[in-house]
Amino acid sequence: MSDMALSDPAPSPETRARRERRSRWLLLTPALVILSLAASGPLLVVVIYSFLTPGDYGGVEWQFSLDPWFNVVAERDFFTEELKLADAHLLVFWRSIKLSLMTAILCLIVGFPTAYFIATRPAHRRDMWMLLIMIPFWTNLLIRTFAIMELIRNQGTINTLLMASGVIDEPIQMLYTEFSVLVGMTYVYLPLMILPIYASMERLDFNLVEAGYDLYATRLQVLRRIIFPLVKPGVVAGSILVFVPCLGAYVTPRVLGGGKQLMLGNLIELQFGQLRNWPLGAALALTLLAVVMVALVFYVRAIGREGEHNA
Amino acid sequence: MRKGFDVRRQPGFTAIAMGCFILLYLPIILLVAYSFNAGESIAIWEGFSWRWYASAWENEQVKDATIRSLILAASSSAVATTAAVLAALATTRSKPWRGQTVVFAMVNQPLMVPEIVTAVSLLIVFAVVKSFTGYTGLGYLILAHSAFCIPFAYMPVRARLQGMDLSLEQAGSDLYGTPLQVFRHITLPQLWPGILAGAMLAFVISLDDVVITEFVKSAGQDTLPTYMLGQLRRVVTPEINAISTALLAISVIMVTAFFFINKTRK
Amino acid sequence: MIEIEGLTKTFGEGPTAFTALDDVSVTIQSNEFFTLLGPSGCGKTTLLRTIAGFLDPTRGKLTLDGEDLLSKPPHHRPVNTVFQSYALFPHMTVSENIAFGLQMLKRPKAEISATVSEMLELVQMTAMADRKTAQISGGQQQRVALARALAPRPKVLLLDEPLSALDFKLRKEMQLELKRLQHETGITFVFVTHDQEEALTMSDRIAVMNAGTIRQIGGPRDIYDHPAERFVADFIGDTNFLKAQMLSTEGAGSKVRLSSGAEIMAKPAQGEPPATNGASVTLAVRPEHADLCDPNGALLAGSLKNVVYFGTDTHYHVGLESGEMFILRRQNQPGHTQNWATGDRVGLDFAPGTAQILKD
Repeated sequence: MSDMALSDPAPSPETRARRERRSRWLLLTPALVILSLAASGPLLVVVIYSFLTPGDYGGVEWQFSLDPWFNVVAERDFFTEELKLADAHLLVFWRSIKLSLMTAILCLIVGFPTAYFIATRPAHRRDMWMLLIMIPFWTNLLIRTFAIMELIRNQGTINTLLMASGVIDEPIQMLYTEFSVLVGMTYVYLPLMILPIYASMERLDFNLVEAGYDLYATRLQVLRRIIFPLVKPGVVAGSILVFVPCLGAYVTPRVLGGGKQLMLGNLIELQFGQLRNWPLGAALALTLLAVVMVALVFYVRAIGREGEHNA
Repeated sequence: MRKGFDVRRQPGFTAIAMGCFILLYLPIILLVAYSFNAGESIAIWEGFSWRWYASAWENEQVKDATIRSLILAASSSAVATTAAVLAALATTRSKPWRGQTVVFAMVNQPLMVPEIVTAVSLLIVFAVVKSFTGYTGLGYLILAHSAFCIPFAYMPVRARLQGMDLSLEQAGSDLYGTPLQVFRHITLPQLWPGILAGAMLAFVISLDDVVITEFVKSAGQDTLPTYMLGQLRRVVTPEINAISTALLAISVIMVTAFFFINKTRK
Repeated sequence: MIEIEGLTKTFGEGPTAFTALDDVSVTIQSNEFFTLLGPSGCGKTTLLRTIAGFLDPTRGKLTLDGEDLLSKPPHHRPVNTVFQSYALFPHMTVSENIAFGLQMLKRPKAEISATVSEMLELVQMTAMADRKTAQISGGQQQRVALARALAPRPKVLLLDEPLSALDFKLRKEMQLELKRLQHETGITFVFVTHDQEEALTMSDRIAVMNAGTIRQIGGPRDIYDHPAERFVADFIGDTNFLKAQMLSTEGAGSKVRLSSGAEIMAKPAQGEPPATNGASVTLAVRPEHADLCDPNGALLAGSLKNVVYFGTDTHYHVGLESGEMFILRRQNQPGHTQNWATGDRVGLDFAPGTAQILKD
């Protein structure tokens, strides 16, 4: 064995550990550079902008101001200097939260039975059913929103059918209402509800369900007392996964709300576009971010609890 | 004889599930169907025709946006996948290390922060850069897309790495492979499906992006989705359906391929 | 020759620290079939992985033929491993797997293909050479893993419970096969197992490990007949423990008094000065070394609590008068009649010099 390649002296464990550390940071460099230039860095700039004074034609004046944060919830009357709540903003906040909650509930009502249905299929078929859920999820959000728009607009499929069959004479105005935004968001975010519920449901041991029936539970009692508690972390995770993107939704309310049913995302855009108040836009964006982060903390907790369940 | 008692059945669930699948697919199917409509309506069927595909094909704006979308998706998925594979190699299967929380937060930021927030933050930063350098090219979009594609490329590669049997690489070095040889002959061949899956996800995500592109693009830099968003305000003809159908086809092919690559894991 | 001196491995720090290897010293001779035997978590795999180079010890020395191994990464050590999971490369064929080590060592092509076919023959896998590793059975994978590790002709072959995934019959076959391969190749085998029977049938020497330390080293007979301490006696084979009192040491044996008052010669504890006269000691008696007899005038007496039939032999559970439980084993012979029934008062007898005094 004397010819074995043993000649080059190998480094000591300490040197190896040091090299490992260095190569780790070297490997991370490309990703971290890209992310700090186009994700983390800009986010910090937003924080700075939210404390500046708006420029006349967009942009900012480099002058410190707390007004943007103040203006998120309140405004000073232009003539009387009187303080009052920013009703327009609060209305948008309220609509965002209300529609996001309603979307999450609607998604749950449809998604829970669907996830249950898939989880109770034979093992080799489940993946195919899940693929049917995944395909719409990974297809363009704008196109899916547009598909809903074609369905419910005044000259759209539903109204055309109803008028042709003589049920109605005038098209029902569904587009550009809260209803259309709600339907659209439910449609586009439904897969986000089904995925985590399915993940919990798939691990559900149906012996437990059998034990439930064995102990005289009815179908509804089994559902309420056994299945639901066991997949609850998935339900919580799914609800937050739907709630969060709804809160920050931009495309769906813009297309289906038509500029009338503003949500937070659209209000932020307005500040950067027509209203040219970048600092206020920055403050609104950070407010949105804060709410989302709170929701995500609950999400992480729900996922963590599930981990404990299966440990 | 009494019908067997099925413990898995819950009344009404199957009906709701079927309704859910119909809800998911009906709008898309209608959208695709009307792209072949001979008439100008998106609700009244007047016979089969390829005319809207032809008209989209001849539309210079559409052609321009399509090419830009594809260049953008190809280059940013390439950049993102490369960066993500390197990052996954650096962060998987090691003991806890200093700075890992910050790195994970940064990598996952595009998944957590609402798109509109990222979009306005990029608008602010790139506006400053644009006015300083005068450069208004595609670079901004490639950079922005690369950033939000990184977590999507990172996830499947990381999953693959974590699922990989550690003893395979140990066997490689036990059999006299240097670290580089072990990576080339053992790790990389195992990793390919993950890399391919990550690249495809990144491509689809980049191709579909509307919000960030809308805020970052300079004048005349429409991609297909931003072009469509602009068109939706006008009278809609089935030409939009035709473009949508083409985009849908790309996504469906990619996602299905991704699904099967992931399935043939072991 | 592998020389291990004061090897210590601690995982973690502070109150959660865990010492997997505690000051282990052992010398493994060349061409030896050496077995590390112990319950799971005793440190045997940690020791093996330290020799392979996958773990760095906290302290200690490790040399192979006088050359320091610890400063070398795994791919510079002339040591190959047969992994518990086999770790066959799934993207390569059987022969590509076997050739891998030689390719990494940049051996000439002709030599590689010659060695590969030699190895395929050695493990009787020539017919499967071009199969992917997922397409062959567990036993065949085991052979390929063995061939792959032997192909570069290492100085030492490390085997990490390689037979644990095989079914009973295949395991018996592979035990003989491994012994044959070790004999034919003349390579030092270091074998890790928790199966005492496997260790006894295959090894030249066995190191019994517990809680990160080596408790006893010796040949299979040595370990079985002369266990040094309670743990070893208990872990290897079945043993009865009896309290006794040391009376005197006469030449190679010691006279002890049993709880019944009977006196008998016993083997003194291994590598220890004999206990002082009058001291209380523990005796180990193997179940097959004792027999039932008439209670009158027997060494020990008690009542038969249970009779368990095992086919080849029958186990008798005797509750001794001292309160201890003694299990003895008698082989079932044709025409052998059952004279005892549960509840009977019975006597126990074993020959002088069969009981082993244990180190306390």
